[in-house]
Amino acid sequence: MDYLAPTTVADAIDALASTADSRVFAGATDLIPQIRSGRPEPGLLVDLKRIDRLTALAESDTSWTIGAATPTSRLTEDPSFSSQFPGLSEAAGLIGSDQIQNRSSLGGNLCNASPAADSVPAMLVNEARAVVATADGTRTVPVSDVTTGPGATSLQAGEFIVEFEVDKPPANTGDAYLRMTPRTEMDIAVVGAGARVTLDADGNCTEARVALGAVAPTARRVSDAEAALVGKPINDETLAAVAAAASAACDPIDDKRGTIEYRKQVAGVLAKRAVKLAADRASGTATTNGESA
Amino acid sequence: MSRTHVNCEINGDHVDFLSESGASLLNALRDDVGLMGVKEGCGTGDCGACSILMDDRVTCACLIFAPEAEGRTIVTIEGLAAADELHPLQQCFLEGAALQCGVCTPGFLLAAKALLDNNPTPTETEVRYALAGNLCRCTGYDKIIRAVLEAADILAANAATNGDAK
Repeated sequence: MDYLAPTTVADAIDALASTADSRVFAGATDLIPQIRSGRPEPGLLVDLKRIDRLTALAESDTSWTIGAATPTSRLTEDPSFSSQFPGLSEAAGLIGSDQIQNRSSLGGNLCNASPAADSVPAMLVNEARAVVATADGTRTVPVSDVTTGPGATSLQAGEFIVEFEVDKPPANTGDAYLRMTPRTEMDIAVVGAGARVTLDADGNCTEARVALGAVAPTARRVSDAEAALVGKPINDETLAAVAAAASAACDPIDDKRGTIEYRKQVAGVLAKRAVKLAADRASGTATTNGESA
Repeated sequence: MSRTHVNCEINGDHVDFLSESGASLLNALRDDVGLMGVKEGCGTGDCGACSILMDDRVTCACLIFAPEAEGRTIVTIEGLAAADELHPLQQCFLEGAALQCGVCTPGFLLAAKALLDNNPTPTETEVRYALAGNLCRCTGYDKIIRAVLEAADILAANAATNGDAK
């Protein structure tokens, strides 16, 4: 394997175009184990971490820009980001150990395209956008359009994600991400559930977004759960409707982490709890994280 | 496979070495630089035995390509003690028998150092979370957690004394 660490997006695009057998990487926390487990080695490794834009974390008046290779520990440690996006920050904080979080990135977590990637449901409910570098410049696509199946993305050869843009939430909005794992730490989601809820002055939901991970070939939004909330208060009845919609939206596999039946059941419970936690955050009454929600 | 010339700082010294481009920093540190304190456990970032500090961040050397070290500042277990005086973490591990076979110990010590550098007064829960990426198959962890908490107290006391001296 050859190794290049370009310092500009344009140089990275040129490097990728120089051989068909090239591969970009950020933290390499998935790439190196994959190579060790027998996947073919790329001929050229293109390290994106020397490009300033790729490792940035910047706040504007209306949005945040997160470099695709920015270590996820930067998100969890930034008090301003974490207070505006507690769910996305917590999802980033669930990806492996401290050792991993100093290397892992939203770009890598998305493009590795594991259905169980923790940051993806949290990005979906915040409707994050990916800025993709191409041979002709850049294009911006919703994060929901990037993964197409396990290990597969819509990126073309020679393209890579430069950064993510995520708009700041409106007032009285909260987000949350919860996951089910048998262990407390260092595990892969059996089910993950993200939610973002906006409430009006009466406590009725004006906007709701719900997304699930690890229960289908890609993380997905659950429009029926969202529809069940809009215009209504967060109560036992609407939360039950969220749970039913979430369970119905699952298309999971049976594997060592969980059966189809178990995943469907847990997806409903977690979606309900994530919506409740997001709503508590939206109304300023959240007193706990997801552990006891 | 091409070889890359890498310049970096390791344990306070400027070091340059030639490495295979696709080699892990773990292998480069052991085979090219001769720092055998960096241990290989799983080789996939799950066990933390190869933990090092790179630019003050704890990472697994097995998940880093050697050329990525260019221009970086690295601390391995060989750089933890000051001259002939053990670091308080090392002393507490020793006195508290927080190790048996010792293979995981360098990684634990560096992960603990990264924690205490950022959070000098961690709770037991914070120590347990911070060390979740390090596996020990001998001790059962309790002695390790106690040793880290004890070292935190010693470091805090030292810092207070040094503060008084000024």
